[in-house]
Amino acid sequence: MVDFGGWEMPQQYTSIRDEHLAVRRVAGLFDVSHMGRLIVEGHDAEVYLQGLVTNDIAAVQPGHAIYTLMCRDDGGVIDDLIVYRQAKDSFLVVVNAANRDKDSAWMREHLPRGVALTDRSGELSLIAFQGPRAPELMPTDRPTDDIEYFAFRQGKVGGEDAMISRTGYTGEDGFELFIATPLVGKVWDAILESGKSAGVLPAGLGARDATRLEAALRLYGNDMDETVNPYEAGLGWTVKLGKGDFVGSKALAAVKAGGPRRTLVGLQSEPASILRHGAAVKAGGRTVGVVTSGTHSFFLGHPIALALVEVASLRVGDRATVEVRGREAEAEVVKLPFYRGSARSAVAPSRS
Amino acid sequence: MADRRYTKTHEWVTVDGKTATVGITDFAQAQLGDVVFLELPSVGRKVAVREGFGVVESVKAASDLYAPVAGQIAAVNDKLSTRPELINADPYGEGWILKIELAGGLPSDLLDEDGYKKVTEAAAH
Repeated sequence: MVDFGGWEMPQQYTSIRDEHLAVRRVAGLFDVSHMGRLIVEGHDAEVYLQGLVTNDIAAVQPGHAIYTLMCRDDGGVIDDLIVYRQAKDSFLVVVNAANRDKDSAWMREHLPRGVALTDRSGELSLIAFQGPRAPELMPTDRPTDDIEYFAFRQGKVGGEDAMISRTGYTGEDGFELFIATPLVGKVWDAILESGKSAGVLPAGLGARDATRLEAALRLYGNDMDETVNPYEAGLGWTVKLGKGDFVGSKALAAVKAGGPRRTLVGLQSEPASILRHGAAVKAGGRTVGVVTSGTHSFFLGHPIALALVEVASLRVGDRATVEVRGREAEAEVVKLPFYRGSARSAVAPSRS
Repeated sequence: MADRRYTKTHEWVTVDGKTATVGITDFAQAQLGDVVFLELPSVGRKVAVREGFGVVESVKAASDLYAPVAGQIAAVNDKLSTRPELINADPYGEGWILKIELAGGLPSDLLDEDGYKKVTEAAAH
C-alpha cells in the first residue's frame, strides 16, 4: 500500500504484470474512489463552468461528459478533469484526488450567487472496470451498447443502482461506475465474481499508471502542473478559444499564436533502462528536457516515457539519451500513443 | 550447510561444498514488486564480502545487490534475462541469481532464520 494524494492505495493486488496484462486482454477492476467528485448546480451553472474551464461546456448534452483543463490567468494548468452533464443545470465534476482541496477553493473563489458547489466525494464512490471484455463481463441489468464513448446513464450493476459512464484511463473500452458508498463493496465483489473465470483481476496503481501511459493519457503532477500550459502538454485540443473568455484564455491565445516553447514527446528504451520521472533528456549533446512520466510496460515489453522537451529539439524517429542511474541510456522518440486499445473513439478528436 | 543464511541487505545464501548459491529474499522481492531487469556480473569475476555485484530493477526502484560471501562468480542464472519474474515467483528456488566458488570460509556475521526475521520486522512499517 502506498500514500497516493493522501489516500492509502495498493500498488498491486497480486502483481503489476498480471494486472496490466489482465486489463489489456480481458478486464481489470480499479478502485478510484480517491478522486474528488463535486456537484455544480444552478441556473447559471453552465456559464460559470464555461468561464472556468478550457473546453466547450455548452456543447455537452445531458448524459454526456467532456475532458477539460482548468487554468490560471497565466495559462498554467490547475487540474485536468472530466465534467459530466447530468441535466441542463447540473454537472458532476471529477477531479484529481491530490487537487480536490485546491480545485474546490479555486472554484468557490469564482462561484457566483445562484450556483451551488457541493463535494460529494464521500457519499459517492467510483470504481472503473476496464478492458476489451468489460462490456461483456459486467453484471448489469441490460446491455451497454447504447452508451456511447464519453456518455453515461443510470443502470444496475451487481444488482445496485449505478451511474454507468463509458470513460476510463486505460485506453481500453470499459466503464467508470459511480455508486453510493454503502453499496460499492457489494458491486465490487459482484464484478470480480462475474469475471473471475475469464481472468478479471482487481488492479492497483501500478497497472493504472502503466496502462494510462501506454495510452499517452496525461497524469497531473507528472506531465503537467501549474508551470505548464495546455499546448506544452499536447492538450491544445481541449482549449476552445472560440467559445468566449475563460480564466487564462488571453494568455493561452498568446501561446497559441506564438507557439509553445516546450512539447511532450514519447520515448522508449531497452528493458535495461527504465526512464524515470525527473531524468534529464539529452539530444545533440545537450540537455533539452526532462522525463515527466516513465515506467516499464509489461505488455509492450520495454520501458516507455513521456518527456517535456524544447520544441523542435526532438522529433519522432530521433534518438536521445536519458540519464539512468548515473549513465546515459539510449532512447528513441516514438509516436503517441504507445498503444491504441479497445476504447471507442466515436467523435473524440485525435490527440497528440 | 543446508540451511539458508541471510544478510542485512536481504540476500540469501546456501552452501554445497565449495559452491555458494545466492539470491534475494522473499521479503526483498515483495518490497521491490515485479522485477523487470537485472544487471549481473560476468562469470569469472571475483567478489569480496559486501561488495556490490549487480542491480535488481523493478517498476518501483533499482536496488543494489551485495555479495554475502567472498569468491569467484562460477555461474549466473541465465533464465533471469528473459524471465526476471522468477525472482518474484520463486526467490529461493528458480529465482537464484548467482553461484560463487568460495574463497575461504563464510563470514561470521551472516544471519540465521531468526536473525533475519528480526531484520525484516524492524524494516516493515
